Amino acid sequence: MTPLRVQDLRVQLDSGKAVVADIHFALEAGEILGLVGESGSGKTTLATALLGHVRKGARISGGQVLVAGTDLLGLQGEALRQARGGVIAYIPQDPAMALNPALRILSQLQEILAAHAPQMSRAERQQRLRDTLQQVGLPDDQGFLKRFAHQLSGGQQQRVLLALAFILRPQVVVLDEPTTALDVTTQAHFLAALRQLCKTQGVAAVYVSHDLGVVESLADRVMVLYAGRVVECAETAQLFRQPQHPYSQRLLAAARLAARPLEDLSQQPLLLEVDELAVSYAGRRVVAGVNLHVRRGECLALVGASGSGKSSVSRALVGLAQEAAGRLRFAGAPLNLEVGARSSEQRRRIQYIFQNPLRALNTRHTVAQSLATPLRHFFGLRGAALRERIEQALTRVALPVALADAYPGSLSGGERQRVAIARALVCEPRLLICDEITSALDVSVQASILELLRGLQAEGMALVFVTHDLNVVRAIADRVVTLKAQ
Amino acid sequence: MLCLPWRALAANRQVRQGAGLSLLVIGLALAGPLLAPHGASELLGPVYGAPNTSAPLGYDYLGHDVLSRVLVGGWSVVWMALAAASLALLVGAGLGLLAGFSRGPLDRLIRWSADLSLAFPELILVLLVVSLLGREPWLIVLTVAFAFLPGMIRQTRASTQAVVEQEFIEVLRAMGLPRRHLLLREVLPNILTPMLVHFGSMLTWAIGILSGLSFLGYGVAPPAADWGLMISENQGGLVLQPWAVLVPALLIGVFAYASNMLAEGIGRVRAGVLEHTP
Repeated sequence: MTPLRVQDLRVQLDSGKAVVADIHFALEAGEILGLVGESGSGKTTLATALLGHVRKGARISGGQVLVAGTDLLGLQGEALRQARGGVIAYIPQDPAMALNPALRILSQLQEILAAHAPQMSRAERQQRLRDTLQQVGLPDDQGFLKRFAHQLSGGQQQRVLLALAFILRPQVVVLDEPTTALDVTTQAHFLAALRQLCKTQGVAAVYVSHDLGVVESLADRVMVLYAGRVVECAETAQLFRQPQHPYSQRLLAAARLAARPLEDLSQQPLLLEVDELAVSYAGRRVVAGVNLHVRRGECLALVGASGSGKSSVSRALVGLAQEAAGRLRFAGAPLNLEVGARSSEQRRRIQYIFQNPLRALNTRHTVAQSLATPLRHFFGLRGAALRERIEQALTRVALPVALADAYPGSLSGGERQRVAIARALVCEPRLLICDEITSALDVSVQASILELLRGLQAEGMALVFVTHDLNVVRAIADRVVTLKAQ
Repeated sequence: MLCLPWRALAANRQVRQGAGLSLLVIGLALAGPLLAPHGASELLGPVYGAPNTSAPLGYDYLGHDVLSRVLVGGWSVVWMALAAASLALLVGAGLGLLAGFSRGPLDRLIRWSADLSLAFPELILVLLVVSLLGREPWLIVLTVAFAFLPGMIRQTRASTQAVVEQEFIEVLRAMGLPRRHLLLREVLPNILTPMLVHFGSMLTWAIGILSGLSFLGYGVAPPAADWGLMISENQGGLVLQPWAVLVPALLIGVFAYASNMLAEGIGRVRAGVLEHTP
């Protein structure tokens, strides 16, 4: 029997607007379907609707979700509760939030067996537990099982969730961007384990992601979602080779960033020199022995797994690290490790852009106010001249001038990141330090931000680009420095 | 002050009612002395005399006109409560901002002293100071404000820290903007609403403490009129002439309730506002 068949599924808001509509597909046992699309395309809504759940303010207004022949949408109460987890399991995005912080791993695994399979004997449960842990690649010794979620690494937490989903031997698993919080290496291991499990146990999987690289390596088929409608559904190899729909083509083009043409920058003057930089945090050494240099117009990528000290190095460069040692030189002059001891000129010439566009802007200030602060501070601009510069800055990052009086709350993630870049650019920096600035953004937005940075680079701006996304590195970096955790 | 969600506040029923009732009581206390038909300490009628046309609320334990005393007696509790809460707001917020922002030895010093004084029960502290140093109104205001300081400091410090950790502060710090700018222009607008909520609840407590002090005889001195004092003076005649106790008690209650409702309403609006910003 087909494990999952979805017919004419439709989710609409209370206002009557359909967020997801006309969804048809069926999955064979062991088949993995990749569900891709940008934020707001209805990926997550569709994923949870497969379990018969929608967020507040919306409802499933039509269609069928047949899991192993039973319509999940027709179930109520206890029957629905047994079906969720029992025949169709869900793995959420953030493992740290999904695990109960107050319960040991063992209790959480046993809890799910007790709730769904009370008829199993003690010995059977023990056996099932051991098998599942082995399958997901977790140790099954008591020492490990007695731990709490916060005592595990991100990869281990995600495997615990995998075990929680597979321990009941469901027919279908729905995964909502489960690897977003993991670094590349951990992610690769997790995906291999997942694929192995689905194939050997014949479990159908729906894998929601905005990371096309992940989907390409994992899924058998890919469904592209745009504004809640399926624009294309094809075999993975075929979709990635020859996307049919114009939207899929655009999405793929944005994800496959063209590699940066190499040019010889060795004649350019040295802008930043770092000699034996070491950063500690609360007395513990995070990173040491960092030597690097950046020339004018050059982009240096700083890569490494999470915890390797990428952000610590970049913070030290801008003078925000609390315990740093080493020697820095900027444009030929010594650069103090404390931002307070740097000259105003140095502070202006080195700008920092943070990872999270949500927290990078003061939500109580309009865009114009946020941009005015550095302009007043560094250039003493007032009145009409100030306004003119703000509008120029917005135009430069391809934002409409009308956004000047908007509050960050009404901007999208990409727009906020542009405002943050504009705030750095109004200082007329010569070195821009970017800390994972594209990781929270959709591929097409990411592509346009990278395009903007490449333009700046052509004008002679030097970049230090911290990232764990090798695709981005290929697109923008001239040289790469890899950091390894100590 | 432009950063407060004024429109959202005005749209909230609880805020409107709380503000309306508070203003009503404050207005009564302000205009009362002008409206009072008689002097607050004029002896006009029989002791615990029943209400009549010339004295709608009757006479009190010495034969004063209750209505006049009610109209005159609100001012002391209103101004003292407002002054104590405002003083605690200003000083506490200042210290809390500094502590939350600096995180170094200064933070530890401010936190330790706040925790230390927090260990002292508010009312006992006030009673102690008043019985030692006298019952001057300014002294009472100062003591009540001091008793509120630790709470205000802790609250401001916590909300400051949540804001300071955000990346926009780091960016501006890296640009070298002065601490004054960061605290007043960047952090303050973000923590103004929780501060107002706390101000409202401090006001409620101040009303309670000040009326309590007067009732216990440590507040406003007897010939003068005061709501808390009136309750205490006239409790012996509660059966004969209940108005002399009930009316001031009711007004104190309404004032405390209204200020509390205002704080609660602001708090709810804030929670709602936060929910809507992604």
